[in-house]
Amino acid sequence: MLSVIWETEGLQTVGIVLLVFASIKLLHMLGLISFSEDSIEDELELSTVRHRPEGLEQLEAQTRFSRKELQILYRGFKNECPSGVVNEDTFKEIYAQFFPQGDASTYAHFLFNAFDTDHNGSLSFEDFVMGLSILLRGTVQEKLNWAFNLYDINKDGYITKEEMLDIMKAIYDMMGKCTYPVLKEETPRQHVEVFFQKMDKNKDGVVTIDEFIDCCQNDENIMRSMHIFENVL
Amino acid sequence: MATGTAAWLPFARAAAIGWMPVASCPMPLAPRDNSKKKDELIMLNVSGRRFQTWRTTLDRYPDTLLGSSEKDFFYNEEAKEYFFDRDPDVFRSILNFYRTGKLHYPRQECISAYDEELTFFGIIPEIIGDCCYEEYKDRKRENLERLQDDQEDNKDMKLPNMTIRETMWRAFENPHTSTMALVFYYVTGFFIAISVITNVVETVPCGATPHHKNMPCGERYTVAFFCMDTACVMIFTVEYLLRLFAAPSRYRFMRSVMSIIDVVAILPYYIGLVMSNNEDVSGAFVTLRVFRVFRIFKFSRHSQGLRILGYTLKSCASELGFLLFSLTMAIIIFATVMFYAEKGSSSSKFTSIPASFWYTIVTMTTLGYGDMVPKTIAGKIFGSICSLSGVLVIALPVPVIVSNFSRIYHQNQRADKRRAQKVQKTRQARIRIAKSGSANAFLASKHHGLLNELLELTGTEEDEQKLIRNTSLLESQHHHLLHCLEKTTAHEFVDEHMFEQNCLEEALQSYPSRSPSVSSQGSCTICCCGSRRHPDPRVPRGPLQELSALHIQSNHRQPANLHLRSNLNLRAEDGSRVNCKGGQVTTAIISLPSPPSLAPHREASPSKGIAPNWCEVRS
Repeated sequence: MLSVIWETEGLQTVGIVLLVFASIKLLHMLGLISFSEDSIEDELELSTVRHRPEGLEQLEAQTRFSRKELQILYRGFKNECPSGVVNEDTFKEIYAQFFPQGDASTYAHFLFNAFDTDHNGSLSFEDFVMGLSILLRGTVQEKLNWAFNLYDINKDGYITKEEMLDIMKAIYDMMGKCTYPVLKEETPRQHVEVFFQKMDKNKDGVVTIDEFIDCCQNDENIMRSMHIFENVL
Repeated sequence: MATGTAAWLPFARAAAIGWMPVASCPMPLAPRDNSKKKDELIMLNVSGRRFQTWRTTLDRYPDTLLGSSEKDFFYNEEAKEYFFDRDPDVFRSILNFYRTGKLHYPRQECISAYDEELTFFGIIPEIIGDCCYEEYKDRKRENLERLQDDQEDNKDMKLPNMTIRETMWRAFENPHTSTMALVFYYVTGFFIAISVITNVVETVPCGATPHHKNMPCGERYTVAFFCMDTACVMIFTVEYLLRLFAAPSRYRFMRSVMSIIDVVAILPYYIGLVMSNNEDVSGAFVTLRVFRVFRIFKFSRHSQGLRILGYTLKSCASELGFLLFSLTMAIIIFATVMFYAEKGSSSSKFTSIPASFWYTIVTMTTLGYGDMVPKTIAGKIFGSICSLSGVLVIALPVPVIVSNFSRIYHQNQRADKRRAQKVQKTRQARIRIAKSGSANAFLASKHHGLLNELLELTGTEEDEQKLIRNTSLLESQHHHLLHCLEKTTAHEFVDEHMFEQNCLEEALQSYPSRSPSVSSQGSCTICCCGSRRHPDPRVPRGPLQELSALHIQSNHRQPANLHLRSNLNLRAEDGSRVNCKGGQVTTAIISLPSPPSLAPHREASPSKGIAPNWCEVRS
């Protein structure tokens, strides 16, 4: 008997509670009452970041490109990214288009960090053009510097084996699965070993910038390949 | 590779320097960029509106017209621009495609015009961006359906040499094609109605007779109803067998819905015949009678609306399924809640959850019979929530079904409107007139040309001026072409009216007539050939052709005909050298299979003294 009463009473209560909640929700939806203070701020959407680059003369002075080349570069850049900045996801997308077979996202991530010199999470046209200026028109020293910067993921001035392994894996990832000969698990690691054997003169397990530059300058192959992309623009 | 990112290729190549120190072997040489073309602005003039873009923009898509060397065909040397004689509005979206890499479909453009432009510029429509692709596909499908409907109407014409089977099938499917089919259509419709009414009336209580209590009519007038039923079933059976015979693919016909309905409609009768008066199975027999009601579905052959409804329901199957599913969910939830809410109250009708189903359904569909009502407060609260939610759940999928129905219905209406013979006929007639306008122009200009020559002889200046029509260069070239064809084939163009006349005359001309005969309809009785001012080095026009030319002329313009005839007659009398009698006055016959037969007529008459610029007799 008691249980019956409980059941009916309980259900009654449930019903009334439901009704109350529904009406509160309705009022909230109609905007008559609001619960928290930051609901207004939620209205302000994140406006898209827009960026305008510095003047043409300044860029001309800072980089080694001519006025015309800068114009061409900017037109292409602005066409792809009308807002004037590239964030990391867009960058990954763009870079992945060049390597359809593999997964270029990890390497693109490292590249992004290497280009984004002021580390603000987005690549503006100045970053872009400065990086290109070094890569295409810089001295061998500058180029090697840039490469070292790319490998040094945490930017502490030393390349450790783990960092190098990450980079190597990223590069091999871009190859994808279908390669000849078939890619094995330990290939990146072996490659890192070879690299370290060549670069790490004092065998302390890390490569410093001087060791890196010295070693590269003494290596003919590397020297020759540094000049390959000079006529890109 | 999406050429939109072509701008980033130099960057990607530069970034490859990052691989150099890692590599253990030398890199291959880079390809040399020999074409050091400076990027230049290209001017595109599309029907007067000028667009300008960089050359590299256009080069992004080398397999289109603008991106390849095909555009050199449109280069205008003097203005140093590329000129395209196309729609400038559509060209906007095409050029935007080059600029942004995305092709958009402007909604206000006609779909076929847009397609044509795309084809012209060598762009495949599949690359239309996702934002516009749906719309494009929908419009294209609509257009295609419309064209197909048009074509189907044209195919409605009677094909010759159809077998009996094919004729019958066509008669069954399209009752408006022949009277027999129409009769059959109405007869079957009538019998379906009779059958349904019989079934209904059978169960009505007919009034009491002295020795029987009140019983339905079916049991009172068993024989009458049985005869009616038999007649209907016989008609239906015959109809079914005929359809089965005429069907092009019997297996497919037997599987179709309509034939299944037919079978289900007539089977109970035969089963009833077979197992009659067996008390055990009479219960089952009674159930079978229910299936007789399926005869009403046979009406769907007669009614377009019913068919559309059925088709709509079929095509909205997913919406209906969703509706059913959500209703079931809601019913179960609310029935459970109501059961537990009403458990406490005494003498509650909500004895079990399935028993509550009935209450929930009745409430959700807002029927509200009132045979089961909640008595507790909780029950009433939940009951009201139940009815509110019922309205919402049912109202949601209904517009989708309605819009589907409306779309299919309008499509059918459009097809019917076009199928209406009158519209088609007037439209075709107008098109035919426009087309034959050009043929008539040729014929008219031909005889005007002759009139010209004739009148030049008579020397009346005003008439000449009147008759010199300003035929455009295009027209005159076209006429010249037709003329050449006439000469080649030694036949001439005539209009229908003339042609039919000549067919008649052919029949009349079965006996050669040497006497001057004037045929009934004022056909030309003048033999005279076209005037010739000088014995000409031109291609000699056969006498018959000239005759026929005059023939045409005379029949086209009767008043002028008389005038000319009188002229000629005058001349003839004046000249009196032309032997326009003696076999020369023959009716001109346009159909020329027998020039040789007439030629001897001509040869008989000597051509003495060719009158200056008048009649020449040629053989």
